[in-house]
Amino acid sequence: MIVFVNATGVDRKPLEVRVENGRIVEIGARLTRRPDDRIEDLAGAVLAPAFFDPHVHFREPGEAYKETLETGSRAAAAGGYSEVAVMPNTNPALDEAYRVRGVVARGQEIGVCRLHAIGACTLGLAGERLTEMAALIDAGAIGFSDDGRPVEQAARMRRALEWARGLGTVVVTHAEDRSLRGEGVMHEGTTATRLGLAGIPAACETTAVARDLELAALTGARLHVAHVSTARTVEMIQDAKRRGIAVTAETAPHYLMFTDEDVARLGTAAKMNPPLRSASDRDALIKGLADGTIDCLATDHAPHTPDEKAQPFADAPFGVVGLETAFAAALTVLHRQAGLPLTDVIDKLTRRPRQVFGLPSAGIAPGAPADLVAFDPQAEWTVEPEKFATKGRATPFAGARLTGRVLGTWLEGRETFRLASPMAGVR
Amino acid sequence: MRPLDRRHLLGLETLPVSEIRALMDASRAHAEWLEGGAVKGDSLRGRLVLLGFFESSTRTRVSFEAAAKRLGADTITIGTSGSSLDKGESLLDTAWTLESLGADCMVVRHPRSGAPQDLASRLSRMALVNGGDGSHEHPTQALLDLFTMTRHGLDPSGLRVAVIGDVTHSRVARSNLYALTALGATVVVCGPATMIPSGLEALARRPGRVEVVARLEEALEGAAAVIVLRLQRERQEQGLLPSLSEYARLYQITPERLTRWAPGALVLHPGPMNRGVEIDSRVADGPRSVIREQVTAGMAVRCAVLERACGVGAWAESERAETMLVGGRR
Repeated sequence: MIVFVNATGVDRKPLEVRVENGRIVEIGARLTRRPDDRIEDLAGAVLAPAFFDPHVHFREPGEAYKETLETGSRAAAAGGYSEVAVMPNTNPALDEAYRVRGVVARGQEIGVCRLHAIGACTLGLAGERLTEMAALIDAGAIGFSDDGRPVEQAARMRRALEWARGLGTVVVTHAEDRSLRGEGVMHEGTTATRLGLAGIPAACETTAVARDLELAALTGARLHVAHVSTARTVEMIQDAKRRGIAVTAETAPHYLMFTDEDVARLGTAAKMNPPLRSASDRDALIKGLADGTIDCLATDHAPHTPDEKAQPFADAPFGVVGLETAFAAALTVLHRQAGLPLTDVIDKLTRRPRQVFGLPSAGIAPGAPADLVAFDPQAEWTVEPEKFATKGRATPFAGARLTGRVLGTWLEGRETFRLASPMAGVR
Repeated sequence: MRPLDRRHLLGLETLPVSEIRALMDASRAHAEWLEGGAVKGDSLRGRLVLLGFFESSTRTRVSFEAAAKRLGADTITIGTSGSSLDKGESLLDTAWTLESLGADCMVVRHPRSGAPQDLASRLSRMALVNGGDGSHEHPTQALLDLFTMTRHGLDPSGLRVAVIGDVTHSRVARSNLYALTALGATVVVCGPATMIPSGLEALARRPGRVEVVARLEEALEGAAAVIVLRLQRERQEQGLLPSLSEYARLYQITPERLTRWAPGALVLHPGPMNRGVEIDSRVADGPRSVIREQVTAGMAVRCAVLERACGVGAWAESERAETMLVGGRR
């Protein structure tokens, strides 16, 4: 039996939690110690429900040299996450039940992060035949997407949404008109022009979002817009929500901290798709998170090898890692800089994303699984990618000073991560 | 010797005006002896200059090679043929190998924007000269354009220069924008909207010195020089223009248009030309064309750039002068 003592809740009130058989059995400002208790003294740290990331790329099967379910799980735990949803654009894709089951089972075997899957919308992500969504759900899929390869034909997307609606599941759209992206490698604007790099206009995202919102309205299905990057997308989602369309949205921490201008300095560590946009886009995303238009944070953790990212900008693959910096980045930008209450920021990493994907989110309450994170909201630290648990090293946050540090993570009462010394909080 | 970052020539976006002027002065000196019929100089004797041309090029490669050899350097040319991987790591490994061979300077032409800059940041001894990278910069081309203009008595300060054509894909246009605006010229850009990149005005090194106009006559009027950009035929397949004749109808530099809107203007073209597309042969071969002079100017400019990269000639002198000055002050 573990008792977490000397903690505070996200509301900064004293909190102690007793865990038994992986579940929370008792909470209170101060719990009575029992002789057989194992005391976990959090020394004033915040104890919160561990995070859920609905958008990660763990590269297995097919590209284990970039990341494995194990290294990805460890990165998640180091970032304060107890569960993630892996995207299906592996090789082969997660388009059949046995593959989804394989990922979930491997996650249990590794035992440091609960793995869910976003199943493929169409077989082989080819945008043609629908996958057996019901079978995939039984195997552990919690949503569907052809992430990275949007369903090109509107008619196919319509059928996918209709099928998903019948099953009560959510379709995640990687909203991008690939013909508008063309050869583009970064946000279209002065910096791209200066660097001589082909641009990706904001309309590349917004035209696709407009289509999918109309299809969501047509079908009544639940649509989740992945990695929102433009101000106009935020407006369209806000409008759709007002009209009662069942749409939710996520954005990633890097879009809140950086703009296309930073690409000149950061190089391929700032190359991802969608790209870092303008300062006004960034501000609109922060505002969209603050007012609830954007429901939650996701990392779009997309590891590649250092060699791949060392290529010239146009040749290097899209994608950066994010699991081990997301919480601190969110806290730094949204709480410290934009003034959002700590509870709201944590909500966007815990309860809201779980709600969107229909996962239980009982929080810290008796009966809930003891999926917990301890963090120091004041600790300042410098991001050192060479110390990451992920195999990926490319992140625009490299060298950044962030405020807020994960001290420990527990999955069903088992410690899955503990920050090595110096231990500011956990002993 | 000057620190390595002051021997590299990666682009003109941030190269100090004093450096541009020093390169112009040295180019003038080289042009004089080259034109005077002197057979060979010796300022680079014993130096090893590498020519890394990872993209097809004739005139730039030959110009650099001729310049290096006229100054007495040994040259080695490497290209992509024989190695299918001309990207990232292999380029870096190649450069490290060459640096270890004791090369003083490497000229790099690369199809990817930013490749020479990435490379330069990883070198510790060998100076790097950008021979053109992707759609990013082509500093020696802009310097030779500038040199050609000044040789015709044009003072960049207050000058209007028209740049016509596919600016989106043009490293020549970008480097010219930087060099000309840094020296006080105004660059008026005109081309199809499909080939004018967004935010181009912000590339001016002095605010307001880059104008983008829609109609050719607006660009030509008052221009003392017209830089005609090459139109790659593949742009048509990419859907950036309906046809070459439609392009020619709107943007081709013809004797009639020049006479009407820019009667005294010099006409420059970085080559190779598509005669009958972006430029009428009667202009290319006509009295206002300085296109062949550009080639000669290129060699003078590249002599200066290579000396700067190797820290000899005017750059060895200036270092001594700086040292003496510092000593004198003490």
